[in-house]
Amino acid sequence: MNLSRARSPWVLHYDASSCNGCDIETVACMTPLYDIERFGAISIGCPKHADILLVTGTINHKSLRVLRNIYEQMTEPKVVAAIGICATSGGVFHQSYNLLGGVDKAIPVDVYISGCPPRPEAIIDAIVMGVEKLKKKGKEGLAGSAEASSG
Amino acid sequence: MSFAFSVAGILAAPFLGGLLAGLDRKITARLQGRKGPPIIQPFYDVIKLFGKESTYTNRHQVFYIYAYLLWMAMALLLLLTLQDFLVFVFALTFAEISLALAGFSTRSPYSHIGSNREILQILASEPVLVFLAFALYLASGSFMAGGLFLLGEPLLRNFPLIFAAVLLILTIKMRKSPFDLSSSAHAHQEIVRGVTTEFSGRYLALSEIAHWVELVIILFVVFLFWVDPWWVGILLALAAYLAEIVIDNIFARLKISWMVATAWGWGFGLSLLNILYFTM
Repeated sequence: MNLSRARSPWVLHYDASSCNGCDIETVACMTPLYDIERFGAISIGCPKHADILLVTGTINHKSLRVLRNIYEQMTEPKVVAAIGICATSGGVFHQSYNLLGGVDKAIPVDVYISGCPPRPEAIIDAIVMGVEKLKKKGKEGLAGSAEASSG
Repeated sequence: MSFAFSVAGILAAPFLGGLLAGLDRKITARLQGRKGPPIIQPFYDVIKLFGKESTYTNRHQVFYIYAYLLWMAMALLLLLTLQDFLVFVFALTFAEISLALAGFSTRSPYSHIGSNREILQILASEPVLVFLAFALYLASGSFMAGGLFLLGEPLLRNFPLIFAAVLLILTIKMRKSPFDLSSSAHAHQEIVRGVTTEFSGRYLALSEIAHWVELVIILFVVFLFWVDPWWVGILLALAAYLAEIVIDNIFARLKISWMVATAWGWGFGLSLLNILYFTM
């Protein structure tokens, strides 16, 4: 079971308010050069099917609701990765009046990857680290879901 | 065919279907210049899904997903024991309707779009199978699929146009481009995930297994065109499958109305022409 979990991380990508730099690098992971499908990872559009949520961009008041909605629809075990410096802390925009900051202001984050934008290798590294977390969460059972609602 | 053979076939079908699905992903990756996942990747996916939290929106959905799997297994059993081909077509249709109902039982608009498209796919593809049953009757004087083994010559020889029509609906049944409309496996964000949007965990795994069984069933239908000697039929089915993967990779998705028009126009036309030609 845990082997399968490690070999088949389905990735859901959500753009909170990114400048698309990180999004392009995330999508680059699927291209023939990087091809994350060789590790079994596929990009999936449905939160109910996904294992790893990749969030790019800072969180603002509009995307907060959407992001929480997506996160709550994902089934356990699940992992959240903040991709890029904006998703990690708000980056250069962290003082803007309309922003809340990084993804961890909205939902629990397991993996932080900095960079503006991060290299596709770094994003693959985020997925690999996410897989380790997935295995750990899978072993612990579904008990860890309580933290889902803590903002 | 013996009872033991049929039971073995039912048990082996998901494994065969899963391997074929893995082969599909590998070949697709190679066609796109990627390394691709291992052949047994679909098994990793399904085992993982069994280990995930399973949510459902209501109990009807769960019932219909089980119905999808069980009726698919029933259709395969009917085919393996070489029973009445018409009954097989009904069982297959009921299985697919169950999938559509599982989609309709939720409130998600994406799920509804997927189910609507699934119904249209059934509408487009089933008539060709009924024509195939008719051809079977014309060739052997019976709707029993077992009659093909006594025929002495392959069905393909007298019904090449119906074979072409079956190849056309193979694309629809496998939900591949240009007809990957209902579950949208590749363009993943267009209608989220179509029929399976609201499935999760073990229910998604069950629907995936049912789809593998469906794949084996539809390839078995191709096999029926050349049952004697049997290895030619198997080669025929494999060739059809490989051609399907190539077609999947070189086509864009087409509109749903185009699918119905093609399946009815070409599917009906070729089948009717073949039957007229044969009876005259």
